[in-house]
Amino acid sequence: MRCEICKTNEATVHFSQVTGDKVSKIDLCESCAKAKGLTDPNNITMLGDLLGDFAAGPPAEAESQRCPECGFTQANFKKQGRLGCAVCYETFETGLRPLLKAMHKGERHVGKSPRKARARVSPERLRELEKELALAIKEERFEHAAQLRDEIRALESKARLSAR
Amino acid sequence: MSADNPNPADQWVVISSRVRLARNLAGVPFPGWAKKPDRQKSLDIIRTAACALPEMRGAFVRSMDELTAMEKQLLVERHLISREHAAKTVGSGVVISASQVVSLMNNEEDHLRMQALMPGFCLQEVWQIIDRVDPELEEQLDYAFSPKLGYLTACPTNVGTGMRASTMVHLPALVLAEQINQIVQAVNKLGLAVRGLYGEGTEASGNLFQISNQTTLGERESDLIERLTKIVIQIIEREKNAREVLMERRPQMIHDQVGRAYGVLANACVQSSKEAMNLLSLVRLGLDLGLIRGLDPRRVDEMFLLTQPAHLQQHVNRKLSAEQRDIVRASLLRDMLKDVDRPKPLPLCLSDLSEGESDTGQNN
Ligand SMILES: [Zn+2]
Ligand SMILES: [Zn+2]
Repeated sequence: MRCEICKTNEATVHFSQVTGDKVSKIDLCESCAKAKGLTDPNNITMLGDLLGDFAAGPPAEAESQRCPECGFTQANFKKQGRLGCAVCYETFETGLRPLLKAMHKGERHVGKSPRKARARVSPERLRELEKELALAIKEERFEHAAQLRDEIRALESKARLSAR
Repeated sequence: MSADNPNPADQWVVISSRVRLARNLAGVPFPGWAKKPDRQKSLDIIRTAACALPEMRGAFVRSMDELTAMEKQLLVERHLISREHAAKTVGSGVVISASQVVSLMNNEEDHLRMQALMPGFCLQEVWQIIDRVDPELEEQLDYAFSPKLGYLTACPTNVGTGMRASTMVHLPALVLAEQINQIVQAVNKLGLAVRGLYGEGTEASGNLFQISNQTTLGERESDLIERLTKIVIQIIEREKNAREVLMERRPQMIHDQVGRAYGVLANACVQSSKEAMNLLSLVRLGLDLGLIRGLDPRRVDEMFLLTQPAHLQQHVNRKLSAEQRDIVRASLLRDMLKDVDRPKPLPLCLSDLSEGESDTGQNN
């Protein structure tokens, strides 16, 4: 059985959690379990966060959600540990976010970017996003606002890079 | 501190350095999910772009279905392709530079995996090489990239920089001193992975270990390489220190191990690959400690490769069964030591035979 976080190592640590009449299980390798502070199988407080939508029994519509670009589903991902196409990262963003958080040092790319992508940063696009952000905050759509803020920051740092 | 000016002594510990980047084309499903025509399409597009690179003049260009099982195995043994890639056929390919420093895998897990690999401790240098190839390819290719998540890869474990930097290190003294598990754990805690000779899930034979970064998102490439370099420098120090301490505190054990390795390699007629690796490792250690003289350490490193199954068969230019390979391997190794004097044992000094480090023959 493969570890559910890294999908690479053999899972040797097994946790289960009972919520109502449902039992969710998670199987991890030792290093991922340790990285998440899950060294004690009885300490399952973090499980919910960790599993996100992927393992904790997502709602039926999430399970059958399909990538519009390539037809890949969450069930495929659970089975293979690989995604179908680049657009899958957007399609399954909600489920992927906690996974990426658990796997990596940070949640945002700070490394280099393709020259073409850097060139694509236009001041108009930035202003447009800033307008959208203001609106989202006004309407208290905070999750969307946070996304917009991230996007603006990314564009700004890209603009800085291409200016060099 | 710089990886560009490696202390020559580092060569006794670091065998090779490598940086690999994972890239995908926008608008084409990842290889594992793509239908055949899409796989062929990404293979063609990337291959055309790759062959136009100045680095790839005179390159070795093949589809995986054009390679025999043995040719694939040769590439695996040289770390030019992964074991997973060797299993691929139609729709996957390789492009390897004439110098074999730069190699590209087409449609392994990602559309494109490119690496620069060189002997010695030179992470900075291999990074610079691959960081030149990457934008050259990007001129002609449309990479799947998101400002937030970076380069998008089939497996979320590679997303971001898509970079895996690694060094192959030879740590016989840390193994002999039984400190290796402690080191592996400490390195894991720092977010680095320690693997065997051929990567994921392989055994560490010949006391050879691959140390690489585990995370790819949230850190810049250069910071990652710097972090890895610093940790490898510490490991080199630990290994050197362990060698000194062993010579000082357990000289009899070291002389014994090296002497046995020499004895078996110089005389065996049937030699398994795994045992050969472990004995070669001890000979390499013996050379560093001056217990064995008159053998170029590069010859030993060559033997690590030459005694692998596919290289052996290429050497004699015919297919060999496992039994035949063990015989040819033994012969090559005897040959290597033909003109090398046997290591001198420690002079026998009866008053030195203390209780602690004793080899009094009670077991006989
Ligand atoms: Zn794991
Ligand atoms: Zn998709």
